Amino acid sequence: MSTVDSAVPAGGVPPNPWLPRPFRVEERVAETGDTVTLCLRPEDGTAPPPFAPGQFNMVYRFGVGEVAVSISGDPARPEELRHTVRAAGKISESLAGAAPGETVGVRGPYGTGWPMERLAGRDVVVVAGGLGLPPLRPALLEILAHRERYGRLEVIYGARSPPDLVYYDEVQTWRRRSDLRIQVTVDAAGREWYGDVGLVTARLPDARFDPPRTGALLCGPEIMMRLTARALEQAGVPADRIFLSMERNMKCGIGSCGHCQFGQSFVCRDGPVFPYSALRDRLDRREI
Amino acid sequence: MTPSVVGDRRTLLRSDFPQFLRALWNGGYRVVGPTVRDGAIVLGELREEADLPIGWTERQEAGTYRLAPREDAALFGFTTGPHSWKKYLFPPRERLWTAEAEGSSFRVVPEPSDPVPYAFLGMRACDLAALQITDRVFDRAVADPGYHGRRARALRIAVVCGHAAPTCFCVSMGTGPGVGRDHDLKLTELLDGGPHRFLVEIGSSVGAAVLDRVPTRPAASADPTAAEQVVARTAAGMGRHLDPTGVRDLLLGHPDHPRWTVVAARCLGCTNCTMACPTCFCSTTEEIPDLYGDRSEKWRRWDSCFNLEFSHLHGHPVRPSGRSRYRQWLTHKLASWHDQFGSSGCVGCGRCITWCPVQIDLTEEVRAMQADPDAVQTTGAPP
Repeated sequence: MSTVDSAVPAGGVPPNPWLPRPFRVEERVAETGDTVTLCLRPEDGTAPPPFAPGQFNMVYRFGVGEVAVSISGDPARPEELRHTVRAAGKISESLAGAAPGETVGVRGPYGTGWPMERLAGRDVVVVAGGLGLPPLRPALLEILAHRERYGRLEVIYGARSPPDLVYYDEVQTWRRRSDLRIQVTVDAAGREWYGDVGLVTARLPDARFDPPRTGALLCGPEIMMRLTARALEQAGVPADRIFLSMERNMKCGIGSCGHCQFGQSFVCRDGPVFPYSALRDRLDRREI
Repeated sequence: MTPSVVGDRRTLLRSDFPQFLRALWNGGYRVVGPTVRDGAIVLGELREEADLPIGWTERQEAGTYRLAPREDAALFGFTTGPHSWKKYLFPPRERLWTAEAEGSSFRVVPEPSDPVPYAFLGMRACDLAALQITDRVFDRAVADPGYHGRRARALRIAVVCGHAAPTCFCVSMGTGPGVGRDHDLKLTELLDGGPHRFLVEIGSSVGAAVLDRVPTRPAASADPTAAEQVVARTAAGMGRHLDPTGVRDLLLGHPDHPRWTVVAARCLGCTNCTMACPTCFCSTTEEIPDLYGDRSEKWRRWDSCFNLEFSHLHGHPVRPSGRSRYRQWLTHKLASWHDQFGSSGCVGCGRCITWCPVQIDLTEEVRAMQADPDAVQTTGAPP
């Protein structure tokens, strides 16, 4: 049509990135009072696309809408797609109510994952706050599946209260393993709780890792990640090896709607995982 | 007659302009261009020559726009209006797909592509620069089918500005007033005392094929010179100036500059600047189910970073203050855009200045920060 036409992609019509694929809910597991895990399979019998730990999908509920949800399944078993959803708004509430046999739409996976290759040979510190554990679960499963590739594995998992802990049974099995150490802490608990109470940062001094040769994966509320990243850096972990999974409002997941901008970055496309070194200035500012 | 080729320069008499329009209509194009409506020169579908703003111009300043008659019968004797061409390629509301219930499941039906190509008549240099920018925005790793379906077939007919508005600063942004090569046809309206005519420059083979159906003659040697004088005169008449040197680092490096508080005290958060801007691309999606639960449509509509709910996260906006929302808009437009898309997001069209109801002028805001980049807030809200 014109002499210079960068708008027309080479090689014909590209796939329409907006279309969700129907997935059947195979199983629905209640995690907490308001959080469930959905196990999904494509209705057309084909395999879901492979994903990297830390990536997310846009998940659609017919007649209600789409929401970004991290993938919490096992990257070695991509045929079973898992999403852990907290009923927080209209769409997530409807998704969390999806019963086995019902259909949801999925498009993705999107975003950068946890840089697993940068953790090889290193001690790994994983810090999860609340619903920050689901996006970290694929990374943990990947490490446990190839345990010899990594050094020490220290997990710190914090939640508001004991009933807010997700993956409770799995966390118990991790606690019994000798090839990782997990500390679980809650902000507040009654007398029935024998575990730690306090912020995840308070558990860091008890974690055993060699800071200069450590990589850290952080996911949780922004203030938790900010304080944890700062503490890890002060302990001697290089800032470019501390990784944070950011969260922002997302409508498209493909870098087009503009909502998830965080400074120069589109969280959906350039993230959600960023090294602390790239974010430090922005994290310390309000309302960026 | 030998067919014209890219680079040819021909003269089209004003009296033959209806035949030019007819060639577009007969070529199967939906012709959109400037037209007078609601007291402004807007963009709309042109069905007859009289739809063009013949003999009209406008007077604009920060916060002001008034339609005004010209003393001649120029066809394109005005500058920019409230509309930009993005409304055709990236419509304010667009259905993306429809989900149809099928038993306990549903199927997703994509939106069919619009078969009728557009002819954009009257794109200015800043509009073409904006088009290059939105091409990059929507041409990332995942291509937007609606935008590209329309864009790939759109005919771009540029018109060189005969004067600059007081709000124009395309010279500062390096986008005009001369039109480069990114067009199918380029018209310069010549109102120099000779016959009312257009110098037509051919930018693509598609443009050449259109022009071959219109009576033209090879341009007289004086016409290209006259066209250059039009560009020079327009360039000399720029009403605004913005020095883009170092603006990226200035804005990204000074998120706590007190000027953000000063401008926020005036900003109404009305979103006019983002709606009028030819490159602002933010959108949201809406789910529109029917009453029976059989069908549900996914629509995209323009959104704005000035809306509180734009940054909604876990029950609260990330940017609750007007200060942070204005900062987001201007920092994105003039600074982060370089990191994201390899250029400034501003083309110097001045629409955001004219259509701001409280006369906020980004060139003035940038100048204030450039004059005192390290100013520190002494009173008012903490940074």
